[in-house]
Amino acid sequence: MDVYKCTLLSNDKITETSCDMRVLAPGMADAKPGQFVHVKCEGFTLRRPISICDVDGEVLRIVVDRRGKGTEWLTEQRVGATLDILGPLGRGFDTRGRVLVVGGGIGCPPLLYAAKASDSADAILGFRSAAAMMLLGDFRDACGTVQLATDDGSAGFHGRVDELLRRRLSEEKYDRVLACGPTTMLKSCKRVCAEAGVPLEVSLEERMGCGVGACLVCAVKLRGADGEYVGHVCKDGPVFDAEEVCFDD
Amino acid sequence: MTDMRVSIAGVEFKNPILVASGTFGFGHEYGKFYNLSELGGICVKGTTLHKRDGNPAPRIAETPSGILNSVGLQNPGVDAFCAEEIPFLKQFDTKIVANISGNTLEEYSELAEKVAAAGVDMIEVNISCPNVKAGGLAFGTSCASAASATEAVKSHAGGVPVMVKLSPNVTDITEIARAVEAAGADALSLINTLLGMRIDLKTRRPILRNNTGGLSGPAVLPVAVRMVWQVANAVKLPLLGMGGVASGADAAELMLAGASAVAVGTALFSDPYAPIRVRDELAEYCENAGVERVSELTGGVKPW
Repeated sequence: MDVYKCTLLSNDKITETSCDMRVLAPGMADAKPGQFVHVKCEGFTLRRPISICDVDGEVLRIVVDRRGKGTEWLTEQRVGATLDILGPLGRGFDTRGRVLVVGGGIGCPPLLYAAKASDSADAILGFRSAAAMMLLGDFRDACGTVQLATDDGSAGFHGRVDELLRRRLSEEKYDRVLACGPTTMLKSCKRVCAEAGVPLEVSLEERMGCGVGACLVCAVKLRGADGEYVGHVCKDGPVFDAEEVCFDD
Repeated sequence: MTDMRVSIAGVEFKNPILVASGTFGFGHEYGKFYNLSELGGICVKGTTLHKRDGNPAPRIAETPSGILNSVGLQNPGVDAFCAEEIPFLKQFDTKIVANISGNTLEEYSELAEKVAAAGVDMIEVNISCPNVKAGGLAFGTSCASAASATEAVKSHAGGVPVMVKLSPNVTDITEIARAVEAAGADALSLINTLLGMRIDLKTRRPILRNNTGGLSGPAVLPVAVRMVWQVANAVKLPLLGMGGVASGADAAELMLAGASAVAVGTALFSDPYAPIRVRDELAEYCENAGVERVSELTGGVKPW
């Protein structure tokens, strides 16, 4: 883990708001699935945390969604530009055994690397609409089965991923489910997995400062052996055992 | 080569660049990037008598050239700090500045006694945290309570130098500085964060779960320079300047305004190496300006 100056190798717009970017980053070669990088955006006090979508030798792949001015700057960078990247950071997924990855929207990218690292993976991916879908070809290459859901029914199953998850878990056996997406999605995945008795790991998002565990801003309420405590997404996560996470109900 | 050593209240720092409390944890995280012995000193994360979970998230919001935070003094409590963190920090050749925050005068006394016994080099008294309800800022905004907190710590610090951290959220910071000096403080550190607020236009909710928070980063540098200058002219105490320092030039400004040393904080979040870089840039500035001892900068501003 360190700060690296990385050359942007490619930057392709894959949806209306997001870009698939590859950078030359030898320092990230040992990054684990589920870890993230903290990217400096020129003119901003804070870096932007971006999940690692894939690592192929010295090439780091990230998918950046344009959420505000900082990520807008990032997605506008041209091939050849130098990015200042801190990482790899945080605790990643346990990808051993047969896994089912469940992604929602911009939560899908880190699951690609997790699926590729696992012994065997299937995927359930949910998006707002067909226009928001991303990385389908990559997931199809990395997974046995890929199921799709959209909120508006414009592609795949018309509905939410937890509905597909419930059906899938009743038909197939998995060692664990790995999920990343909106908090409401993670909460329903937690319910479904608990009912099916399958371990679930969730990747959380919170407004972040330092990214390394020093500033303590990205607080998350957790439940450990000694009761509830406050941990931090950047250092204790972003991936947590779903049983540890106290989602506000 | 410029002599980078400075002294505050009898404590010798190998260079004038410290890290600011609350931005550096207890040193473990940034210690993975460089040897902590490179630093002049470490103002460690504020500690309270009992463990605190802090405020709910979100605790941070970005602002033009800065950030708002409302961590709310999350820390493991003073006993854990003394037992686990001080021994870790003592492995390094740097000065340890404990930062203590009490709800009552009795708590300030007890905290002072405990950290002094654990062998810290200096005690920074936090009477200026904007993110906790009791204590904190409540002590820092009136001369009488600032003075009594100072006295409480000073009388229980067992000779360890006491530095009081001032809030910028007051009408006249020099009044508080004078009151704290009269109460026996050995040094002052300033500025803590400025109270601020941001609102999400979609939800109409404040971005911070605590509604308000403390502003830091480059946006506050000119406020810090002004306040350090005013306080330097009002008291005889040595000052640790902080507020938005991100470069050697920023550090030099604070020193010219009257600071004996400077702490780097928010700049760490963008650049983990910021304190080392600021130190090296400051040394380079001194070399180029023919400054033999960095301490010559202190108070060297030539006001109109």
